[in-house]
Amino acid sequence: MKVLYFAWLRQRTGTGEEQVSPPEEVRDMAGLMRWLATRSPGHAAAFADPAQIRMAVNQDFCGPDHPVKPGDEIAFFPPVTGG
Amino acid sequence: MGVTPAIRVQEAPFDLAAETAALSAGRVDVGGIASFVGLCRADDGLQALVLEHYPGMTERSIARIAGQACERWPLTGCTVIHRHGRILPGEGIVLVLAASRHRVAALEACAFLIDWLKTGAPFWKREEFAGGAERWVESRHEDEARSREWG
Repeated sequence: MKVLYFAWLRQRTGTGEEQVSPPEEVRDMAGLMRWLATRSPGHAAAFADPAQIRMAVNQDFCGPDHPVKPGDEIAFFPPVTGG
Repeated sequence: MGVTPAIRVQEAPFDLAAETAALSAGRVDVGGIASFVGLCRADDGLQALVLEHYPGMTERSIARIAGQACERWPLTGCTVIHRHGRILPGEGIVLVLAASRHRVAALEACAFLIDWLKTGAPFWKREEFAGGAERWVESRHEDEARSREWG
């Protein structure tokens, strides 16, 4: 699956986009965050405070209990500040 | 007749006068056009705002909410332009236009759209200051509350 990072999550992970293949037991966004946090110290820093993180699956906002599957486009980002 | 909102996400500046004129050009059924222009302020010595967004999701989410505005109010036209990239103090960041036969629909739809853009469009603002300091703008609870009030 494709994972996108925006704003300070991009800065802390050191990447805007990566292809990942999490193990089968990763079934939802909360599980994916826990697994991604183990990829590098930067990822760990990015996911250190889940309350500050918003997310989307296939370009729709969702919550941490949203399921994930191979082929999904996943995005993690801070609360939005447009307008 | 269904109205198709004009949605643009772009780096380039926008022209308020030209965009406003486009909503009534060649027609005599438009009674009013409400506009909101969001500008970059130079608070605390800010030198530039840098806006990042989520290409694809940004356009989709703005189109969806502009479509909702067109269903909720009897609009004759609707334009949303949101810039990204580096924006200097005094420059426009976002333009919302809502046109209708009567003022109430135009004013309410315009307010609805800008309130929603603050909380529902995937943009992130980074502030750059003299000397190289920078910080990400944090979301405001007041914006969330205003957006929720529209239902």
